[in-house]
Amino acid sequence: MTYKPQTSITAWLLVMPAVALLGLFTHVPIVGSILHSFYSTDRPRRPSRFVGFDQYDAMFEDPIFWKALTNNLIYALGSVPFSIAIALAMALFVNERMAGRGLLRLAYFTPTVMPMIAVANIWIFFFTPDYGLIEQVAQALHLPAHNWLGSTNTALFCVTLVAVWKEAGFFMIFYLAALQQIPTDLKEAARLEGASGWAIFSQITFPLLMPTTLFIMINALINAFRVVDHIFVMTGGGPNNTTSVLLFRLYEIGFKYFDHGQAAALSVVLLVVLGLIALGQFLLFDRKVHYQ
Amino acid sequence: MSMLNRRMFSAMTVALGLAATPLKAADVEVRFYYPVAVGGPVTKIIDDYAASFEKDHPGIKIKPVYAGDYVQTLGKALTAVKGGDSPELAILLAADLMTLTDDEAVIPFDDVLKSPADKAWINGFYPAFMENARVKGKTYGIPFQRSTPVLYWNKEMFKAAGLDPDQGPKNWDEMREFAKKLTKKDASGAVTQWGIEIPSDGNTLWLFTGLTTTNGVRLNNAEGDKVTIDHPKVAEALNYWYNLSKVDGAQPAGLINWGTTPRDFIEGRTAMIWHTTGNLTNVRTNAKFPFGVAFLPKNSQYGAPTGGGNFYMFKGISAEKQAAALAFVQWMTTPERAADWSIKTGYVATQPAAYDTPAMKAYTADFQQAIVARDQLQHAVPEVTVHDNQRVTKVFNDAVQAVITGSKTTEAALKDAQRDADRILKEFK
Amino acid sequence: MSPIWQQGLITRLLSTAAAWLLGLLWLLPLLFAAWAAFHSSANTARLDLLAPLTLDNFATAWSAAPFARYFLNTALLVTGILVAQFILCTLAAFAFARLPFRGREALFSLVLIQLIVAPDILLVENYRTIKWLGLVDTLPAIALPYLASAFGIFLLRQTFKTIPTELEDAARVEGCGWLGILWRVYVPLAKPIYLAYGLVSVSWHWNNFLWPLIITNSVETRPLTVGLSVFASLDQGIDWSIITAATLMTSGPLLIGFLLFQRQFVQSFIRAGIR
Repeated sequence: MTYKPQTSITAWLLVMPAVALLGLFTHVPIVGSILHSFYSTDRPRRPSRFVGFDQYDAMFEDPIFWKALTNNLIYALGSVPFSIAIALAMALFVNERMAGRGLLRLAYFTPTVMPMIAVANIWIFFFTPDYGLIEQVAQALHLPAHNWLGSTNTALFCVTLVAVWKEAGFFMIFYLAALQQIPTDLKEAARLEGASGWAIFSQITFPLLMPTTLFIMINALINAFRVVDHIFVMTGGGPNNTTSVLLFRLYEIGFKYFDHGQAAALSVVLLVVLGLIALGQFLLFDRKVHYQ
Repeated sequence: MSMLNRRMFSAMTVALGLAATPLKAADVEVRFYYPVAVGGPVTKIIDDYAASFEKDHPGIKIKPVYAGDYVQTLGKALTAVKGGDSPELAILLAADLMTLTDDEAVIPFDDVLKSPADKAWINGFYPAFMENARVKGKTYGIPFQRSTPVLYWNKEMFKAAGLDPDQGPKNWDEMREFAKKLTKKDASGAVTQWGIEIPSDGNTLWLFTGLTTTNGVRLNNAEGDKVTIDHPKVAEALNYWYNLSKVDGAQPAGLINWGTTPRDFIEGRTAMIWHTTGNLTNVRTNAKFPFGVAFLPKNSQYGAPTGGGNFYMFKGISAEKQAAALAFVQWMTTPERAADWSIKTGYVATQPAAYDTPAMKAYTADFQQAIVARDQLQHAVPEVTVHDNQRVTKVFNDAVQAVITGSKTTEAALKDAQRDADRILKEFK
Repeated sequence: MSPIWQQGLITRLLSTAAAWLLGLLWLLPLLFAAWAAFHSSANTARLDLLAPLTLDNFATAWSAAPFARYFLNTALLVTGILVAQFILCTLAAFAFARLPFRGREALFSLVLIQLIVAPDILLVENYRTIKWLGLVDTLPAIALPYLASAFGIFLLRQTFKTIPTELEDAARVEGCGWLGILWRVYVPLAKPIYLAYGLVSVSWHWNNFLWPLIITNSVETRPLTVGLSVFASLDQGIDWSIITAATLMTSGPLLIGFLLFQRQFVQSFIRAGIR
C-alpha cells in the first residue's frame, strides 16, 4: 500500500488524542504495575527500593491471596454459564410472540440499568436472617433457617447469584440481536420436514448463535474479574474472606492498607489472568468466526 | 429554575453581597473529615456545631466533610494527605493512631498548644481515653466521640421470663443462663425471640476485646508491635461466644450484622444485645419498652475496650490554620459541649467535668443508663491499637469470623491468626 | 413469523409461565424497593401489605446527604464523558477505518487491549497517574481513564467500514476534505451506533462505583453511586425504608430513561448488527 504522507499526517492527528489517553491510562499503567511490583512500598522512614521478587513471595505466602484467587475462579465458573443460559432463555422467550413480551423484556433488562451499589442494598434485605424475604418464605414453607450472607459456605453463592441477576439481561440483548439475524426460511424448512422444536433449536438456532455465545462468554469472563461493587456492600469480602475476589483484595491492599508494592504485584496477577482470557479468545474466536 | 436564571440569580447575589459588605480579610477555612458511626441525625448536630462555632469565631470557616464510616474516612484522609491536599482535622479511630503516626500524617497537639490554659485543657480528659492517644509521650489525638460497648437488655422480656427486670447479667454464667431462658421458639421450632445478639460482622475485634478483657487477657502491648492471639484465655473467650449459638441456641448462628442488631433489639427480636453506648440515644428514642444498660458481664474481672474517634490534626498545614483548627477542637471539647454531644448521641462524655455540668446532671437524673458507660471506664482498656492497625484488625476479624461461622476450629483459627499477625508486625519491631 | 416452539398449547403455556416467573424473579428487588420506599420502616420487616403510604422516606433520604449535588456531579460526569467519547472515538475510528497509514493494524491491536484490560483493573496505577497530574478529587479525574473507549472505537470502525466508498467519492468530488467527509457522510450513517453506544456509556458511567470511590474525597466531586455507598454504610441500625428510597432516587433517572428509550435501545443494537 502506498502511504501518502499527507494522509498519514492526517491519520496520526486524528488518532493521537484517543491513543494518547489510552496509552496513559491503559498501557502505561500495565507497564507501571509490572515495574512497581519489584519495589517495596514507599514509607516515610523507608523509601521505596528494589526488592526483586519479594512482593511476589509475600503475596504467595498470604493465604488470603489464594482465597481471593480461588473465589474469583469459582465466581467466574459459577456466574458465566448461568448468565449465558439464562440470557439465552430470556432472548428466546422475548423473541416469540408471547403475551406481555414488552414487559418481560423490560423486566429482564432492568437490573442492568440500576447501579449495582444500589441494588446490593436490596439484596442484603432479601438475604437477611430471620426477617429477610428469603427467610420469611422459608419460614412459611417450614424450611430450616439459614444465615445466607453470614455463612462461609453460602456467601459466595449469594454474591454469584446477584452477579448473574445483574448481567443476564444485558447479554440477552446480544442474543436478541443475533436471533433476529437468523433467516426464518431455515426454520420454516426444518419445520416443514417435521422437525421438533427442540431439534430446530439444537441443530439450527444454537449453532448459529455460537459466535454470539462465544462473544458473551468472553465478556462474562472478563466481567467476573471486574464486577465487585456488590461485594463492598453485601459482605465486605467476608465472612472470613469467602467473598474476597482479586479486584476487591486489590482495593483493600491499595487503598485500605496503602501497600503499593503488594498492590502492584496483585495487579500483575490480574493482568496475567486477563491475558489468559484474551489468549483463549484469540484461539477460540478466530477459529470459528471471521471478523472484518 | 433554568440553569441560566439560576446563574443570573447567583451572580446578582454575589454582586449585591460584595457591594453590601466591606471586603474582609480572607476567612481561614478548616476542613474536617468525620465519620458517622452511630445512629441518629448526627450530620445535623455536627453542622449546627460548626455554625455555632463560626458565630463565636468570625473569620474561621468550618467545613465538615462527611466521608462514610471510620474505615472509609481513614482512607479518604490518608489519600488526601498523600495527594498533597490534607484536610486540617479529621475524626478518626483512636485505634488508628499508629497507622497515622507511622505515615507521619499527623502532628502532636503539644506542638500547637500555647497557653497554660491550653495545657490544662489537654489534661482534662479521662485517662482511659488518652491511653491510645499518645505515642512516645506526645498527644496526637483529642477524644471527641468515644464509647465503650455495653449490654442492653429488654426489661419486659426479662420480667416475662421470670428474671429480675432491673438487674442485667453480672457475669458470663448469668449471661448464658439468662440468654437460654429468654430464647423463645414457636410451634414449628423456629426462634421468635433470641436471648442475645453479639454482632460479629462489623467491629468484630472491638466486641471480642470485651470478651477477652473480661476474661483477663490483653490482646496487644503498649508499643503496638506485639499481639496475643494464640492464648488459652483468648480461646476461652472465643469459644464462649461461639457456644452461645452452637451449644445454647440462644444466639443466631453465623455472622450477626452490626447494623441490624440495634434494630433487632428495638423490634423485640432479641432480649439482649452488645452494642456501642453510642447507640443509646437511638435505642432510647425508638424502643417502646423499658430497657436497661449494664457493664459487660465479667468472667474474672470487669472490662471493656474504649472505642470511637479522636480529633487528629494533619501535617503540612499553615500555622494560621493550625491555630484555627485548635480553636475549633477546643471549642468542640469544652465540658458543656462534650455533655451536649453525649446527651444527643449517647457517646461517653470525654471529660469528668462534663458530668458535672447542669445539663448532664439533669439528663442523668432521670436516665441512669447514660452513666453506665462512664462508670465502666474505670475498668476500660484501650482497644487494640497497633502498627498497620487495619491489617492486624482484619487478621483478628477473620479468625473470629472463621470460628463463628463454624468453618475453622478455635485452635486452628487462633494459631493461623497469630502467625499472620506476627508476620505483619515483624517490620515494626 | 410462527414461534420456534411449535408443539401444542401445553408447551406454549409452560414456556409463557416460565418466562413470566423469571420476569417476576428478576423484577423482585425493584418491586420490593418500590414498596419499601413508600412505607415506613416498621412495616418493612413484617411486609404488611396494607400499611399506609408515605413520602417521608424520600424526604429523609434527600436531606440526610447532599443528593442534589451528587445528581449534578453525576449528570455532568456522564455528559462530559459521552461528548468526549463521541469526538475522540469518531476521529480515531475514522482514521482506522479509512485512512491508510503505516502501523495502522498494529496500533489498532494495541487499542483493543483496553477491551480486555479495563481502567478499573489498573486502579492503583491510574490513581498514581492522576495524582501526578494533580487532579485527585476532581470530576475530570473520574472521566479521564474512560474518555478513549476501545469499545467505541471498535464499534465505530466496524460501522464505518460498512459504508460504501462511493458515497465518500461523491463527497470528495464536491470538494470535501477528510473532516468534511467524516461529518457529512460517515457520522450521519452511523447514527444508530451512536445511539446504542451513547445509551451503554451513560448507563455504565452513571453506575460506575469503584474508580470514583477512590479518586474522589469530597461532596463536590462525588457521584451518586459513591454518595449512596457512603450514606448506606452508617453503622447504626439499617433503615430499609430510607435506603430503598435513596436507592430509587439514584437509579430513578436511568430507569425512566430506559423506560422511554427501550425500544430505541434494543432496535439500535439489532440494527447495528452487534453480534
